[in-house]
Amino acid sequence: MGGRNPVTWLGTPSFPKAAHDALGDTQLRRNLRKATTTIRGKRASAVAELADWERLRAAGAAIKDDVLANLDTYLVRLEEAVTARGGVVHWARDAEEANRIVLDLVRAEGADEVVKVKSMATAEIGLNEALEAGGVRAVETDLAELIVQLGDDRPSHILVPAIHRNRAEIRDVFRRRMAEPPASDEPGDLAEAARRHLRRKFLATKVAISGANFAVADTGSVVVVESEGNGRMCLTLPETLITVMGLEKIVPSWPDLEVFLQLLPRSSTAERMNPYTSVWSGVTPGDGPRRFHLVLLDNGRTATLADRVGRQALRCIRCSACLNVCPVYERTGGQAYGSVYPGPIGAILAPQLVDDPHDEQAASLPYASSLCGACYEVCPVRINIPEVLTHLRGKVVEAKGKRTPEAVAMAAAAWMFADARRYEVAQKAGSLSRFLARDGRISHLPWPGSKWTSSRDVPAVPKESFRAWWRRNRG
Amino acid sequence: MDDARGEILARVRAALADRPAPAAVVRDYERSRSVPDPVGLLVERVADYKAIVHRVAEAEVPERIAERLAARGVTTMAVPADVPGPWRAPGVTWLPDEPPLALAELDGVGGVLTGCAAAIAETGTIVLDAGAAQGRRMLSLVPDYHLCVVRADQVAVSVPEALARLEPVRPLTFISGPSATSDIELDRVEGVHGPRTLEVLVSE
Ligand code: SF4
Repeated sequence: MGGRNPVTWLGTPSFPKAAHDALGDTQLRRNLRKATTTIRGKRASAVAELADWERLRAAGAAIKDDVLANLDTYLVRLEEAVTARGGVVHWARDAEEANRIVLDLVRAEGADEVVKVKSMATAEIGLNEALEAGGVRAVETDLAELIVQLGDDRPSHILVPAIHRNRAEIRDVFRRRMAEPPASDEPGDLAEAARRHLRRKFLATKVAISGANFAVADTGSVVVVESEGNGRMCLTLPETLITVMGLEKIVPSWPDLEVFLQLLPRSSTAERMNPYTSVWSGVTPGDGPRRFHLVLLDNGRTATLADRVGRQALRCIRCSACLNVCPVYERTGGQAYGSVYPGPIGAILAPQLVDDPHDEQAASLPYASSLCGACYEVCPVRINIPEVLTHLRGKVVEAKGKRTPEAVAMAAAAWMFADARRYEVAQKAGSLSRFLARDGRISHLPWPGSKWTSSRDVPAVPKESFRAWWRRNRG
Repeated sequence: MDDARGEILARVRAALADRPAPAAVVRDYERSRSVPDPVGLLVERVADYKAIVHRVAEAEVPERIAERLAARGVTTMAVPADVPGPWRAPGVTWLPDEPPLALAELDGVGGVLTGCAAAIAETGTIVLDAGAAQGRRMLSLVPDYHLCVVRADQVAVSVPEALARLEPVRPLTFISGPSATSDIELDRVEGVHGPRTLEVLVSE
């Protein structure tokens, strides 16, 4: 056991440095702005349709708090229910253990290829890489995951991992990697190309791997929420299904889903309901997989649970609304966060899962925010992200001491993000260091703050200033 | 394996040493909602997903099935063995799923006809539970065209009302429109891996 937690990517620079690099990529910013602007507007109307939205949010948060406060009881209950219905439950303390369990199960089936439904938990533990090292090819079947996989890329969003790619870039990736490339860059043609590319795999592959959005402790029912039907294919056609689930994904009983099946689709894809939701309990003879394995994953979750303020991050239902409204995310993109969990939720979840105060990159994440509070406002389970960010910053300072170069640099970055005007002036001035010096407190920032302060490295002034952007989007 | 289980449960208990006592769950949200015309709302919301939807009189269902299939030029249809006899309109080769159809057969049919277990008007959702007139899950998944008959008494207005009618231990599939994706620039386009055409007859 042991080893580093793959939830953050090895070799990623700390956030200020990575953000700086990303800010130079105008195509990325344009793609992101287009996508997030569209979805923000749609989410607002989907939410406005429900007069009881705030009550649903409060109930969602309270249900999850109950789950967390009694997690041991619910875990055991879930295990019993799944087992009673013919499933097999496995427990994994960390990524390495989960990967080994899954690889052993795949090998026991004699398979050298598996189909996968998009899953944050398996991305978090680096399952695809572990399977590959063990001689098993994992085929991602979600369109955005497929784009990332075929493009040898990294994800940048928790719902749409290829959000940083526009249609023309997607067409190029598909042209390079598909036997039957798409006819054009029209989304319909791109979807059609993905359908043809994966059809045979779905019909022939014997083992599928999925994540889970929810699992009902009372009944052992597991829920996967999706759009394309790739999830249904993976959950229904193969002989063996392996589901990897973070241990906080539990809800106590079936009626609790009436809350989450309203909160999740409207918050994530801004739909009244996503196209497909599958619910299964163990094994059903004559219908679907004959073997079902559920892997319950800790990987830093119990460490997160131990923090009284930080534990609320475990309420997250991975809707991605907080990413879509975040001004910092919109400008830096997801990859700057160096984790499969980017954006506001990543800034509070990734460092807690890593749980290592000496990990510079993870320690920089709580500073990747302006504390503007937009994330808290949209979060369907009312996670007070600014509160957790501030709390985690305090822990970083405690671990490092206030005056260490890293702490000073991070604090400067945070200070700058915290105010749209500061950011704008810093960019207009062309040199953050000059601006900071005028303040009289920080005249020269050591690395990695120096990356921000040397005029050579300061991000190119974007066409639209931060403030103008802010005004246009926040009213 | 056992020690992982024991260790994780011990970690959970240690993490909860402060004995958090969260506030009770208040369910003051709207569990049911009344609308003047639930069927009308369902029809409107299903259509919003770019599914094809028709409101028909119960006695007309067989006739409308025949008409829809003829309009599409479908000649072979998979069907759960227990759909009402009159649904199997003449002029079409019906392949009942008994004994179970092979995957390749299912991949080759022109479509599938099923009933459903419940529908949610507010969200335009149809729920299948592998019960009467629905068959196993892959039946409504592999064919590219799904024709589904919903009875008016199966329509619930809200999500909570619908969940209360369902049995969670059955294999459930919630269907809201044809297969779609939001993965290209966060904009919904229809037609990926599941049936690319969903047609619904709501009978009353
Ligand atoms: S933190 Fe809240 S808004 Fe962000 S992904 Fe999680 S549930 Fe959604």
